[in-house]
Amino acid sequence: MKVSLNWLKDYVKFDMPDRDYAELMTSTGTKVETIEKLGEDIENVVAGKIDSVTPHPDSDHLVICMVDVGGEKPLQIVTGAQNVHAGDFVPVCLNGAKLPGGKVIKSGKLRGVISEGMLCSLSELGLTVHDFPYAIEDGIFIMQEPCKPGDDIRDVLSLRDTVVDFELTFNRPDCLALLGIARETAASTGLPLVYDEPKVHTAGDGDSIERRLSVTVREPELCPRYTARAVKNVRIAPSPLWMRARLRACGIRPINNIVDITNYVMLEYGQPMHAFDASYISSGSIVIRKAAAGEKITTLDGNVRELTTDMLCIADGEKPVALAGIMGGENSEITDKTVTVIFESANFSRSSIRRTSRAVGLRTDASRRYEKGIPPCTTMPALDRACELVELLGAGTVIDGTIDVCNTDIGERTVDFDYQKINALLGIALSETEMRALLEKLFFRFDGDGRMIVPPYRGDIVNTADIAEEVVRLYGFDKIPATRFAGCVTEGGESAYQKFCTRLNAVMTGLGFYETYTYSFISPKLYDKLALASDDPLRDGIRLLNPLGDDTSVMRTTAVGSLLGALAYNRSHRIPSCALFENATIYAKPDASTPSDLFSNEEKQLVCGFYGSGDFYDLKGYIAALADTLHIDALRFEAEASVPYFHPGRCAAVYAGKALLGRFGQLHPAVCDNFELPGDVYAAVLSTKALFAAAQTEWEYRPLPVYPAVERDLALVMDVATEAGVVEDAIRSYAGKSLCGVTVFDVYTGKGVADGKKSVAFRLSFRLPDKTMNDSEVDAAVTKILRRLESEKGITLRA
Amino acid sequence: MKEELKRISAEALSEIAGASSEAELEAARVKYSGKKGQLTAILRGMGALEPEARREVGELANAVRGELEAAIADKAATLKRAALEARLASEKLDVTLPGREKACGRLHPLHTVENRIREIFIGMGFTVVEGPEIESAYNNFDALNAPADHPSRDFQDTFYIDETTLLRTQTSPVQIRAMTGKTPPIRVISPGRVYRSDDVDATHSPMFHQVEGLVVDKGITMADLKGTLDLFARSLFGEETRTRFRPHNFPFTEPSAEVDVSCFVCGGKGCRLCKGEGWIEILGAGMVHPNVLASCGIDPEVYSGFAFGMGIERVAMRRYNINDMRLFFENDVRFLSQF
Repeated sequence: MKVSLNWLKDYVKFDMPDRDYAELMTSTGTKVETIEKLGEDIENVVAGKIDSVTPHPDSDHLVICMVDVGGEKPLQIVTGAQNVHAGDFVPVCLNGAKLPGGKVIKSGKLRGVISEGMLCSLSELGLTVHDFPYAIEDGIFIMQEPCKPGDDIRDVLSLRDTVVDFELTFNRPDCLALLGIARETAASTGLPLVYDEPKVHTAGDGDSIERRLSVTVREPELCPRYTARAVKNVRIAPSPLWMRARLRACGIRPINNIVDITNYVMLEYGQPMHAFDASYISSGSIVIRKAAAGEKITTLDGNVRELTTDMLCIADGEKPVALAGIMGGENSEITDKTVTVIFESANFSRSSIRRTSRAVGLRTDASRRYEKGIPPCTTMPALDRACELVELLGAGTVIDGTIDVCNTDIGERTVDFDYQKINALLGIALSETEMRALLEKLFFRFDGDGRMIVPPYRGDIVNTADIAEEVVRLYGFDKIPATRFAGCVTEGGESAYQKFCTRLNAVMTGLGFYETYTYSFISPKLYDKLALASDDPLRDGIRLLNPLGDDTSVMRTTAVGSLLGALAYNRSHRIPSCALFENATIYAKPDASTPSDLFSNEEKQLVCGFYGSGDFYDLKGYIAALADTLHIDALRFEAEASVPYFHPGRCAAVYAGKALLGRFGQLHPAVCDNFELPGDVYAAVLSTKALFAAAQTEWEYRPLPVYPAVERDLALVMDVATEAGVVEDAIRSYAGKSLCGVTVFDVYTGKGVADGKKSVAFRLSFRLPDKTMNDSEVDAAVTKILRRLESEKGITLRA
Repeated sequence: MKEELKRISAEALSEIAGASSEAELEAARVKYSGKKGQLTAILRGMGALEPEARREVGELANAVRGELEAAIADKAATLKRAALEARLASEKLDVTLPGREKACGRLHPLHTVENRIREIFIGMGFTVVEGPEIESAYNNFDALNAPADHPSRDFQDTFYIDETTLLRTQTSPVQIRAMTGKTPPIRVISPGRVYRSDDVDATHSPMFHQVEGLVVDKGITMADLKGTLDLFARSLFGEETRTRFRPHNFPFTEPSAEVDVSCFVCGGKGCRLCKGEGWIEILGAGMVHPNVLASCGIDPEVYSGFAFGMGIERVAMRRYNINDMRLFFENDVRFLSQF
């Protein structure tokens, strides 16, 4: 909301530096976004009177002007413009003048003749013919404003102003008006608000609006109030300089006096208005109704709009003449020939305006205001203000009477006021008198019963908390003490699961993985890149109704794609090696197990992966280390060939006992290609929930062994396809209690080992709790194991 | 013989002292006190002496032997020390050569900042609660007192799953879940992911992270809110940090405020980080709206509360002077390894 301070000072006579004003208003709740100083980009430009125009001796298209700029001697200025004559008043750049856009003008010679400055056109001053309708677009600006030579051009043309842009909150649509800002300014500065109700002098000639116009509101829900007045003997002309300057400062283009008045009142009162040419209102009737199917209107911007039956329009006896609250129709537009004008000042439902505005793709200054909700009490004062301005500008004669179709409450309300409760909520101790004084600054009053009277434009004030907000913003947050809340001690802290996730993250970073944060919504194409089958249940995820784009349109059912995307990002940025993880949330459609207050099954999935260094067994080592650190016991690994994005021969499922924790392996080369990840990539996808469930929370210390272990290395020959893990399990089951450890330390094929066979070297450790084992005891244990390996598995000791 | 002993002693001591290696020292020992050594020979020849002389010479010889043994031990220790020093000197490493790379990852900067915020509030007795990201429009808007036509409900601001289900736009619905069916005192913070329909640019992301806090009890005041956030700001940004409350409007709270903290770089004088303002906007806060308490079954006539919320990205961006939000979600290790 842009406000001209020149204009605002009509209402509140404050005088303080701009920055102080901005801070004051921000501190009382009307936040200042920016302050713009208009006219600061123009320097050393003055009004000049042309004394004479003579031809240039060496040029056909240049002339030499002698220009009186209020100095002792006139300046000699050479110009190429054809439209200057002796006696004209023109803007003159003196030597060193600055113009908008940073242009600097210096004295110089033009074809050998000294030119001591420059005469300006409109555009050189940053203006257009809308700002000065009597001027021409090309050529020097011949000014009609009263002035004398040497006057600063910014004063002559009213170019100086300060524009403050306020950021307004949702609850204060009344501040979308200069008057609203003026009320806040008065309250904040403590100065009086200089405001008189607009006074309208009507013709009193027996003519009346009722004789000329009937208004029917068919949709009182969508149009709670419709007010109108009429003006005859209209003389369309440009509006005066002061009005044009104020409109320009607020970013509105001047058009003509009647249209400018509607815009001026909209800025001042926050009430959008519309002016119809009465001669085009068929049968003198205005009907506020929903559009009929197939109805069309050409709006003022020249576009034909097809209306639908849920759109509110303003119609005459035959046809729509305006899209209610958004834009008028071309068919009843104010033109130079207009003689009778109907001013509409109406209140429309904000949701209806919003819907229609979106549907037709048209947002205007009016629709923006309606969308924010305008107090219906404003229509009539705004209408009167427009008529007052018509009289002030001599733009026509106001016809007697007003039309006011009102289906809403526009009066003052009263609310409970309990200063003690407000003190208690804020933690302060104001007396009732002090608190009332603060509220009265904001134009609240109090009735005999001590209830607070709320002005009709303050629909946001309903309960004690609302009043407390009004009190605190004027009292000042800085005056509220800072205290610590009392009450009993609460335990606080995190749940066991939250703490588990913290530990999990610590282990993963400790193992060398960087944590990533990736989007929860992904492209469904990611599932294609992961080579998921067309009927893979992971594809059946939750879709957004209104995603930003296809790339972020489904809630991920697995985070592996996100992980691979992050790895690919790093790869594409030439990072030679990279290890990433995320304890990511995944989202599954609700099912029978979903609690009734949830709308999806959200759970965490630990994904990690790397490229550039390490292999399958590094990854397996990481997983074992993670499980070990998190106290997950009885880890088991099984070959897994069915995960589409993993290499079928290099993928394993990991279990804690019978519980599946997840899967990991080398990425399928085709999937690597899909993600543009050349080289080997390894990844794991684990269920955080399963990890948490498998993690021991209670355990006892195991006493340290007293006697040393005895080790034996065995090279065992078996079929190439035999899994070492199976043999390891067999060794454990064949050995007695004395076996305390089995590890594989070498796998060999080649010379000395038959084709189709491999030699796997195991290191077995034996230990008894009560004595050191001697060689013959260990030999006996080993022999027992070897005998059963041979008889049950056909596995022999390598010769 | 006495003279002979004195000569041997002097010669031996000089040879021991002159030994430059363990081998030379050993040769000297053998030469004088070995089985066939000169001193041993004298001791053996003593039997021929008169008892008187034998006693005299014996004492002297023993003294010489003691002297030589001590000198040898001493010299041996010296030589050993010298040998160790020589080895250490020869083993000198170029410590400026690079160390072997050991991988250690890091938490994401947003996680680090979130953890810091969690710690502070846990220290004040807050419980960390989490809730679903896919929420009902009721929990995300209605229960939070957002008017039916509040623009935040619009399609272009909020991601919907269907008409009544959406991606939460704030973590406040977790507060609704935390309040519903509970009896105060309630002191919770709710960190988490939130979503708004913003196109990606340097200062916007359709997904970001918040921490919100809520306290409900008897007699909770706005002064308590100020005290709590003052303490929080000092813990997070340093002891000198001050807060500034500016009136604002949120549907969920009344009165509402935006809260600035004094710039932790310039302390309020104005600098590049705070764009000359001296203040950095970090939080939204206010007293829980009575309608919100009532919608969760808490009697606003008996209880009051305050709530506050902050964007973790915003805090992290200010904390580390990061000017582009996209960096958080690109996961470039050159970025991640800086935190």
